[in-house]
Amino acid sequence: MNTATSAAAVLPEVKRLASGQELEQLRQALIDRTDLNAPRILVCCGTGCKAVGSLDLLETMRNAVAASGAAIKVVPEVKRTGCHGFCSRGPLLTLQPEGLFYQRVKPEDAEEIVKQTVIGGELVKRLLYKPQGAKEAIPKVGDIPFFAKQTKLVLKRVGRIDPFDINDALVHGAYKALNKVLTEMTPDQVIEEIKSSKLRGRGGAGFPTGLKWESCARQPGRHYVICNGDEGDPGAFMDASVMEGDPHAVLEGMAIAAYSMGSDRGLLYVRMEYPLAVQTLTRAIRQAEELGLIGDNILGTGFKFKVSVSTGAGAFVCGESSALMSSLEGKVGRPRPKYIRSTEKGFRDSPSNLNNVETYANVPEIILRGGAWYTGYGTERSAGTKVFSLTGNVHNVGLVEVPMGTSLREIVYGIGGGIPNKKELKAVQTGGPSGGCIPIPKKFLDINVGFGKLAEIGSMMGSGGMIVMDENICMVEVSRYFINFLVEESCGQCTPCREGLTRMKDILTRLTLGEGRAGDVELLEEIGNFTNSFSLCGLGTSAANPVLSTIKYFREEYDAHILDKKCPAGVCKPLYYYEIDPEKCTGCGLCRLKCPAKAIAGEKKQPHTIDQELCIKCMECYKNCKFDSIKIM
Amino acid sequence: MAEAEVICQEPEVDFTLIDRIIRDDYNGNREAMVMMMQAIQRHYHFLPEPALHYLAQAISVPLTKIYEVATFYASFSLVPKGKHILHVCTGTACHLKGSGGMVKHVAGKLGIAPGGTTADMKFTLETVNCLGACAVSPVVVFNEKYHPKATVGLLNELIDQVNAE
Repeated sequence: MNTATSAAAVLPEVKRLASGQELEQLRQALIDRTDLNAPRILVCCGTGCKAVGSLDLLETMRNAVAASGAAIKVVPEVKRTGCHGFCSRGPLLTLQPEGLFYQRVKPEDAEEIVKQTVIGGELVKRLLYKPQGAKEAIPKVGDIPFFAKQTKLVLKRVGRIDPFDINDALVHGAYKALNKVLTEMTPDQVIEEIKSSKLRGRGGAGFPTGLKWESCARQPGRHYVICNGDEGDPGAFMDASVMEGDPHAVLEGMAIAAYSMGSDRGLLYVRMEYPLAVQTLTRAIRQAEELGLIGDNILGTGFKFKVSVSTGAGAFVCGESSALMSSLEGKVGRPRPKYIRSTEKGFRDSPSNLNNVETYANVPEIILRGGAWYTGYGTERSAGTKVFSLTGNVHNVGLVEVPMGTSLREIVYGIGGGIPNKKELKAVQTGGPSGGCIPIPKKFLDINVGFGKLAEIGSMMGSGGMIVMDENICMVEVSRYFINFLVEESCGQCTPCREGLTRMKDILTRLTLGEGRAGDVELLEEIGNFTNSFSLCGLGTSAANPVLSTIKYFREEYDAHILDKKCPAGVCKPLYYYEIDPEKCTGCGLCRLKCPAKAIAGEKKQPHTIDQELCIKCMECYKNCKFDSIKIM
Repeated sequence: MAEAEVICQEPEVDFTLIDRIIRDDYNGNREAMVMMMQAIQRHYHFLPEPALHYLAQAISVPLTKIYEVATFYASFSLVPKGKHILHVCTGTACHLKGSGGMVKHVAGKLGIAPGGTTADMKFTLETVNCLGACAVSPVVVFNEKYHPKATVGLLNELIDQVNAE
């Protein structure tokens, strides 16, 4: 903090910027006072790291640096940043300019880091990252496969800048593209540039962004530019990380869109479950307004653009564009039929352009480097990069940005580091609750992710959630989970979705309880196909995907539930039980200690046993046994 | 349902506060109704009926519309919440790591359904669809404090601690 305030004093007093020239002058002044090679300690304060205590770490780190001020030659700036991406290793800390990477850092470690690394120049070895199975630790960010194998375009600034400080964003190039479009480009040229980049909507549907902007711009009336930050897919947090880590990229993209279609009003719709994103965006808007980068007469060009943030109230269906607009109007979020497009009549019955967070965040870089540069990444049909949130049964859980067309193998094994606990990879679920489960080992490990490819095999890319599932995941139960989720979230206005989902849920629940009957699978297929064919909105027409894709690829698991009354994965509680293999059990007693139901008994160093009457099948013993002696029967 | 068993302890509604939310914070703008209701709920932890009557009058929206919104969105509650609120994340990553079992366990232990409040107004059990902290799943949030990699044992501890007070 101290360094920041003292440095700010050197700057000329910053008022509203009256021209593009003044913006560049300010940027240059900011760059001049920032020594990019000065020591800096970046503490990740994304949602994942915050959940494991990174705010405490930030505080103790600042104190530790301040306390030993005299001993350090150049006092490092301790900076809070957005998500670094490597969430499973949090809290994370990077030391610049060397690029040293410390992981699982606790507040207690702060003092040691200052003494040993900042002052002494030595590594704190136990905080270094060591890949699974490797002998040597990797000290530098750039050498860690998880980071080295990614291509960061959207996430370029996320994790590097302080999301609460517009100056930091300006140093790293924010609002350069806005300046360019306002001073050098006509609205049509902007649209042409986006069209030539082949950018497609990142929210799931993949509609070409340039075409959408063009059709909205052609409509008469007041235009609205809306950003969909209602990232409702469970297990997805890409958009959250962009909003939390680099809010100005989103605002700049929206402002450029507004310029291209002559709009003066932007709205951001953010899930209420993302309080941090609401904070960063609100602060970013205020700071940009103070500098005259948002608001009236932007950069003295006469262009006017106001933005506000609205929060959702916990309805998954509000991620659907027409439902979102209805929610923005203060009503219930129910989708409407799409024979009139939102670009003609959307929010307040006016032409409205709605894009996803990641789509807008792509825009500034495309403007600066040109559409042709962007098409250099990705594939013919899917240009650019895509951010995925890689979660589930994989070593490296976190945020991953790769060019479109990267294979699932590269994402799961190359970047994700493979499956923990020597388990087999069973499936990868993409596209959120409306996506599908792709059975990996069979044939699809080398499939390239992109808009077309995943749809061909019965899933979809969706907004970028990617959930890795190992052999202990029951596909019947997973589809019950997703259908149950959709039953809760269906808005209920059209019959196929409302009734179809409820019926499917009833059947799937019966299967997981061991009450399946012959013919259930066929019935599920019939209802599923009907729901997908006749529902009103995009959510309804993809609602049965989890069921249909698992039936297609994991039919034998359905049969096991129905015919044998067994759950091979050991998930559906009435269909299996745990037993301890006396041959393998060493009597270490760990399971006995971990069991919350006190169902395990045994003498030390003697094989233990499970009391089936008491066992609540919580999996604690199974997860904790180091000798693989707990068996699913 | 469990809701009916709750002994309702309706708080006094401060209409000045409600009016401030409606007029000062949101300019009486009808489109901001969802946000106003969120602000009211942030204050009382649920939507007290008198406050909604006031809101309906103030922005000239029929009470039925407000009721429609209040029951459509999952985050609104028309009944008071307990003193301690336990959120169990049931997003996909957490679900795969056993959060469904944790919900069942707590529901059984407290004798309430998810969304319900214990009769002594001590606990409310809520589920939430993904908090975006999938790397440390399963996640539970107890009184707004995150507990990464939660277990049934940890939940027992949290609840027993409160009960011991």
